[in-house]
Amino acid sequence: MSTTATIETKPAAPAIEKIKVKVDGREIEVPKLMPDWTGKLTPTTMIQACELAKTDVPHYCYHPKLPIAGNCRMCLVEFGTPALGPDRKPVLNPDGTAKIAKSPRPAIACATPISPGMEIYNNTPTVKQMREGVLEFLLINHPLDCPICDQAGECKLQEYSVDFGQSTSRFAEAKVHKPKAVDLGPRIMLDDERCILCTRCVRFTRDVAGDDKLGIVNRGSYNTIAAYPGTQFDNNYTLNTVDICPVGALTSKDFRFQMRVWFLKETKSLCNSCGTGCNVLVSSREEKMYRYTPRENDAVNGPWMCDAGRLNYKWVGRSDRLKDVLMRGAGQGGLVKTTWLTAINDISDKLKRAPAGSVAIVASARQTNEELYLLAKLKANLGALSDSVEHTGEADRLLVSADKNPNTNGARLNGICYTEIGSNLPQIAQGIQSGNIKTLIVFGEDVTTQGIGADLLAKLDTLIVSNILPNTTTQLAHYVLPGAAHVEKRGSFTNTKGRVQKFMKAVEAPGDARAEWEFLHDLVHNVTGKNGYVTIEGLFNQMAAEVPGFAGLTWAGLGDTGVTVTI
Amino acid sequence: MSFTVPANLAAEIDELITHYPVKRAASLMVLHAIQEQFGWISQEAVEWTAAKLELQPINILEILTFYPMLRQQPMGKYQLKVCRTLSCALGGAYQLHHHFCEKLGLDAHKHGPQTTADGKFTVEFVECLASCGTAPVMMCNDAFYEGVTHAKADEIVKECK
Ligand code: SF4
Ligand code: SF4
Ligand code: FES
Ligand code: FES
Repeated sequence: MSTTATIETKPAAPAIEKIKVKVDGREIEVPKLMPDWTGKLTPTTMIQACELAKTDVPHYCYHPKLPIAGNCRMCLVEFGTPALGPDRKPVLNPDGTAKIAKSPRPAIACATPISPGMEIYNNTPTVKQMREGVLEFLLINHPLDCPICDQAGECKLQEYSVDFGQSTSRFAEAKVHKPKAVDLGPRIMLDDERCILCTRCVRFTRDVAGDDKLGIVNRGSYNTIAAYPGTQFDNNYTLNTVDICPVGALTSKDFRFQMRVWFLKETKSLCNSCGTGCNVLVSSREEKMYRYTPRENDAVNGPWMCDAGRLNYKWVGRSDRLKDVLMRGAGQGGLVKTTWLTAINDISDKLKRAPAGSVAIVASARQTNEELYLLAKLKANLGALSDSVEHTGEADRLLVSADKNPNTNGARLNGICYTEIGSNLPQIAQGIQSGNIKTLIVFGEDVTTQGIGADLLAKLDTLIVSNILPNTTTQLAHYVLPGAAHVEKRGSFTNTKGRVQKFMKAVEAPGDARAEWEFLHDLVHNVTGKNGYVTIEGLFNQMAAEVPGFAGLTWAGLGDTGVTVTI
Repeated sequence: MSFTVPANLAAEIDELITHYPVKRAASLMVLHAIQEQFGWISQEAVEWTAAKLELQPINILEILTFYPMLRQQPMGKYQLKVCRTLSCALGGAYQLHHHFCEKLGLDAHKHGPQTTADGKFTVEFVECLASCGTAPVMMCNDAFYEGVTHAKADEIVKECK
């Protein structure tokens, strides 16, 4: 394990020649080659040059992470190139500048490469007219059912209608009706009438997900997106098509008709369902989560995420969440409700009195770096054995990692577990069996499924458990400390590749449940007598200063997309 | 898959595929060959073709549904094809089409080819049959008719045994 953190940079590419173009009269230097959707360097397109010039070219079918199709024609621009005389030499204006020969025909900016001296006109009356024309055609058979459309508020048809639309329709004929509410797969519902046939979904599933399931059937005004009859559009990435569908044609069954998007608060967060740590936006309203959508991070997930991770948020609102601080009454008493102050003071006293080596800690690799860091402090102070629990599943070729813990590397870097996660568990079990270990601290795991069964737990003097949901271990605990789901707190995870990424708080934890780092801070303070930081920023920075694996990092420096450390 | 391809057709298709640099490019010709043999292209045939060309069935379905002359249902024994491109449209193609439909008990307003319940007739519109000067024109299977009046239309139907 190296001690240096490196800021992720694009691999040092050979210097790329720059060329000068003008966008709406402003000269700008752009690289001659730029990454295409696969990252391969290809001649820079007009749309890329315009983006570098901070000029927006309206588009539907173009998506930077999909192969170019050039079918919607929304991105038409006018352009000119330096005129050449019969001698193949540039023709000059009287003032010595190159004379520009304006192309008589427009070009689609998404698929046309730039050339030196090219002038792109993105804002002429002709360009405006073309866009108005394209939009008018797109709306001819469109049902205009925005009031009940899930996409309303984030729909490109609506957006461009504001810019290029007409207030009245000139279309007097009958609209073509197409299938509505087509059940495309377990998670996707398609409204063919809203579809503008940009083929983003077709290209995504064929070229990115590698599951060539969708196509356009029939022709002319009857064109419809479809899966082959009798088959399901059901790979683990289908919901990404809902994100990239520029209109309300592809909808998520989970989110369909649940909430108007403009009421949603978006919080930058991470998926915690596997070790990849896809960046997400959590959309919530009044403490209720409605959806995850991927947040682009080219160092981790690009613009995508898997369906399983995306939909794994509902458990957070489960009614059986642990909401109360519980303490076992004297003798054979059951668990009774208490306050944080009583419980933490009680536990602190017990831990302070515990002889060295009599405490063990089973932490969870679903906890944050900061929490694991605090647990590591307790561990050091108590001379405790510690470990964490492995959760594995199947990996795939795109994003999903076999490691179902989001922070195994965080647990490793903090010294809570070792390269082989879980290798200390038998030793802990043995320690309890032999009576050496009298106190067990368990965070977020059910140790009864990990070789530390109820019989062993019964031998303990003190079983301190923190969790989010109840399990057999929480039922047997002497102290139950209700924790917060990651969407209910701030913190950071270290993914399988060493990307340290932070997440923000989207919703409040229920009842008395609290972010673990908050009460761990109190506990560490009481037990070690040393004060720590009471903000997540301070805590992270302290960890970075003390734990070699995180050296050089700062909370602020993590930015929105994280920093990679060497694993 | 309940679709069996006779040996001669299988051989023909295998040979067809060799004409193209990639198997996918043979899609249309394979569909033609199948339609030639069976008169139409069933879902099983689509799946068979996709497997044959190492494609997904949806890739073949896209082609099949794009070309109206690739048939997705069995057609009638007699296919009445009424031209409806400009000259014929002006010359009464829609009335002629309507006449056929009424006579044969079909819905003239439905999209696409209409086949009678007994499977004897299919009526459909087609595009320009290249005899615009003698509109309206039509075909009955491979026979070509010009200046088709409704009386002539009745005769054509009568001749279909
Ligand atoms: S369903 Fe959406 S993404 Fe797919 S072609 Fe239609 S508009 Fe484009
Ligand atoms: S790949 Fe992993 S981190 Fe990404 S969305 Fe799926 S489960 Fe979550
Ligand atoms: S964005 Fe260029 S043609 Fe669709
Ligand atoms: S328009 Fe009917 S034959 Fe040409």
